[in-house]
Amino acid sequence: MADASYPDELLYHPDHDWAKVEGDVATFGITWFAQDALGEVVFFDPPAVGTTVTKDESYAEVESVKAVSDVIAPLSGEIVEVNDALGDAPEAINDDPYEAGWMVKVRLSDPSEVGQLLDQSAYVTSLD
Amino acid sequence: MLDAIGVGSLEEIFEAQIPAGVRLQGGLDLPDGLPEQDVYAHLLDLSKKNTSAEDEITFLGAGMYDHYIPAAIDMLLGRSEFLTPYTPYQPEVSQGGLQVMFEYQTAICELTGLDVSNASVYEGPSAVAAAGYLAKLAAPKRPRYLVSAALHPDSRTTLETLSVGYGTDVVEIPLKDGATDLDALKALLDEHGDEVSAVIFQQPNFLGAIEDVQAISDLAHAQGALSICQADPIALGVLEAPGNQGVDVCVGEGQALGNRLDFGGPSFGFFAATNAHVRRMPGRIAGETADADGRRGFVLTLQTREQHIRREKATSNICTSQALNALAGVVYLTWLGRDGLVELGELLVQRTHYARQTLTAIDGVTALHDQPVVREFAIQLPADVEVSEVVSLAQDRGVNPGFDLGRVREDWKGGLLVALTEQRSKSDIDTLASVLAESITAARNGERSPLSASVRQEVAA
Amino acid sequence: MSAVDDTILAYDRPPADASALTPMQREHAVTIFEKGQAGRRAFVAPKLDVPEVEGLIPAKAKRAEPARLPSVTEPELVRHYVRLSRRNFDLDSGFYPLGSCTMKHNPRLHERVTALSGHARLHPLQDPARAQGALELMYNLERALGEVAGLPHVCLQPSAGSHGELAGVLVTRAYHEARGEHRTKVLAPDTAHGTNPATVTMAGYEVVPVKTSPDGGVDVEDLRAKADDQVACLMLTNPNTLGVFDPNIEEIAKIVHGIGATLYYDGANLNAVMGVSRPGDMGFDIVHYNLHKSFTQPHGGGGPGSGPIAVSDRIAPYLPVPVIQKLADGTFDLTSTPAEGPGSKSIGKLRGFQGNYGCFVRSYAYICSLGGPGLQDASETAVLNANYLLARLQELVGDQLPLAFGEKCMHEFVLSGTAMKRDVGIRILDLAKRLLDHGFHPPTVYFPLLVDEALLIEPTETETKETLDAFAEAVADIIREAQGDPTIAQNAPYTTPVRRLDEARAAKRPVLRQPLA
Repeated sequence: MADASYPDELLYHPDHDWAKVEGDVATFGITWFAQDALGEVVFFDPPAVGTTVTKDESYAEVESVKAVSDVIAPLSGEIVEVNDALGDAPEAINDDPYEAGWMVKVRLSDPSEVGQLLDQSAYVTSLD
Repeated sequence: MLDAIGVGSLEEIFEAQIPAGVRLQGGLDLPDGLPEQDVYAHLLDLSKKNTSAEDEITFLGAGMYDHYIPAAIDMLLGRSEFLTPYTPYQPEVSQGGLQVMFEYQTAICELTGLDVSNASVYEGPSAVAAAGYLAKLAAPKRPRYLVSAALHPDSRTTLETLSVGYGTDVVEIPLKDGATDLDALKALLDEHGDEVSAVIFQQPNFLGAIEDVQAISDLAHAQGALSICQADPIALGVLEAPGNQGVDVCVGEGQALGNRLDFGGPSFGFFAATNAHVRRMPGRIAGETADADGRRGFVLTLQTREQHIRREKATSNICTSQALNALAGVVYLTWLGRDGLVELGELLVQRTHYARQTLTAIDGVTALHDQPVVREFAIQLPADVEVSEVVSLAQDRGVNPGFDLGRVREDWKGGLLVALTEQRSKSDIDTLASVLAESITAARNGERSPLSASVRQEVAA
Repeated sequence: MSAVDDTILAYDRPPADASALTPMQREHAVTIFEKGQAGRRAFVAPKLDVPEVEGLIPAKAKRAEPARLPSVTEPELVRHYVRLSRRNFDLDSGFYPLGSCTMKHNPRLHERVTALSGHARLHPLQDPARAQGALELMYNLERALGEVAGLPHVCLQPSAGSHGELAGVLVTRAYHEARGEHRTKVLAPDTAHGTNPATVTMAGYEVVPVKTSPDGGVDVEDLRAKADDQVACLMLTNPNTLGVFDPNIEEIAKIVHGIGATLYYDGANLNAVMGVSRPGDMGFDIVHYNLHKSFTQPHGGGGPGSGPIAVSDRIAPYLPVPVIQKLADGTFDLTSTPAEGPGSKSIGKLRGFQGNYGCFVRSYAYICSLGGPGLQDASETAVLNANYLLARLQELVGDQLPLAFGEKCMHEFVLSGTAMKRDVGIRILDLAKRLLDHGFHPPTVYFPLLVDEALLIEPTETETKETLDAFAEAVADIIREAQGDPTIAQNAPYTTPVRRLDEARAAKRPVLRQPLA
């Protein structure tokens, strides 16, 4: 399992999700803190491409052996790509939560929401 | 012990915790206890007031069957290591039970031709209802089941009772000569379209008839509905595996596999499905893994489906399987073995055919349908006799000829459902034929059994 | 024998230190599907004694390939399953203090009487006139269970506690609907077993959790705030999963009845109060029993169970059918269409036939053996044993494993391992696994969810003082050992047929059946 880390270039949602915004598309995943709390991830149930996601609402579930957790969308939009590799290797969410462990890519419907997310230092402060 | 607890009496413990207003004064109004030998005598006395399959030649089936139970099953189920543990919460000391579940799941997958089986559910009809709930989870916006009129009446009622809660209703598919009417099914599917989550039927059906499983599944799939089949596991020795004929979920009553009649339970329900539905399955599932030293082992798995983790979003509220009964099931299938299950089925087909020919040769007795059958068939008794009277008269003569179909459906009045197991020989069938003929004649002549419903009603009045 | 041995070898991985292993650890798990050879058999089919007719099964329905079941002899079959049985821990060989599961002794008389052919080979559709013994037994059991619950009507049909819960919520629904009320919510405490909320969803209601007060009971103010005219029912376990008898139960009943809802009693913990306090007298309208807990049905490795329900007069018409009736002439009948009384406006059926009769025979034999005073004695002894074990553990390891709520308990209690985890460095899971090496089945762990590092202990009335002392000392030994070297417990167990199993692997890449060639 990777050491605790919270990359500077990402934006964070208080429910322990990150977003990497590139133009009008953002990549979502869960933070190191979230995967650590969950334990070894054994299953990720992605939504279908084309599904609409709404900021602050659940868009997927992630499971460890003895827990199920909703994954909250940090921003709103439409899913344009999902990380199919997680089907065979959900452990990437533990091992590499910010790169190989990304979950979905979303075309943002309201880019102004980006301003409501936390930056790295605000998120890390919130963990204390 | 009271000293260690720090109280002067047990009463202090209760007084400190239970409000006085809800304490029971004066104890329970129940008799005093009895010594073991007296309890045995009482239970023996009660057992003698029952007419069991040991006391008459019985052709009663309709969901539970008097198969022979090998002695090895009694011995194995009596072992405290199988009888007295709880659910395998600590896998390190539950490998026996967990491996049994894994073997059981394998056997059920083989029998049904489906990808995945759970470790069993309560029994047959509630397994059908559980399969309905799976279909509801798979297609939450389809609020309707199409259900064959020849689904076991208890399965139908159980499904209806439970689906009221989550708002799914049931539309009946009529029969044509004893089997599900495919034209009617097609018409109903066209009419209800994408409101139908599943087509639910039985193989062989309640009247013993072999259904066209592939055709039913194809019609269901054409409308995006699931094909759910309740099957007789013994019949699957000779009938094509439902999973090979398009069935998505196959469930059934497991009693015939090594479990006693026990006046209806406990037994087990089997529940198997295609891989697509594994995360919607109810109940316990065992899976293979390895221990810290790399040794092969088994655990309960995919538990995030279940109530203790997912709570109100669980796939079912069920907490345990019917582990001991499922053990009997897998031991029975192992005892029969690959060849034995087929031989048993073939024997039943032959004897059932003989019985059908022999009984329909009785004057006034006709086949209720002409469909092919495996081990159970329906006949129509002459219209001038009451089936219940005939059955009771036959029982007075030592033969239970079968199930009075009028007990469950008005339009089956006059029908008798006759079931075979390997314990009923040709000579038993011949005895049945002569006793049935004699009882019909007796009923016609106004003879009545002292135990028949009509006489009992007069006595009671 | 070579072929059999070859199959075993195919799965064999030599252990790191073979000399340290027990014979059972040395034996690698081989399934029955990996044993045997084509042509071997235990079953001999009866001779075909009727004229053989070809083509009775239409070609399209006929099975193309037989199910690939094992082909073994009876000795192979017996040895395989006997050896498997020895890889289980069981109640007959050791202490099994699994909280909320009531692992009490299963008298062998019950197995003997259940196996009598008049019970065991009685067909469920036998004419009631010829099943009078069974109906009499069920009738008597209904009366006895009703007396224990303090409620007048009992339905034996549900197959397990969870099934009884579903029956209870469905009769509640029917009761409200019959009065023209379409309520939408069911309340359940946040300490509730997961099956409560799961049941509520299946019955088409929304579950609303009620908070727990600092004394371990229902937070009455929170209940009052959530009790409105949309609430159909409050589901309670009393004593609850914390082992606490709710001190405000009378007030709770008043609040629930005040909004026209029903009060539902989850009987998981009935073993604490038989003959001591009755749910009906507390104001409950519906009770489910777990015959496999309080009334000593053997647990069977996880089933069968039996979950009858008892109800008050106003709920009785909605009970499942068939119902047993005692007729004027003293005989018994079974009817699915009673004109009045219990079952007259039935919700229907929850399963096939009449329920798990084999369980009824056992529980009835138990009630006959103990009688009213004996049932009360059983509950009192269960409470005494729990309080004694609690006192011993608090004396020995109270610093590391304090009681989570209150000072005394009913028939079970919850300890919290938070301090042990912090101070000693082992978790409750480690303690549980190390207990296996001491020959004890661990208590329930990590439930109830409300308590961090929960250890839920229910000794039952079965156990002697000596067993309770030995268990308490084993717990103390483990903690003492961990104070020296926590890794011993962290890597336990060592003496069991297998060691800790990789549950993540099982869930990640599920192998749910034996692959067959």
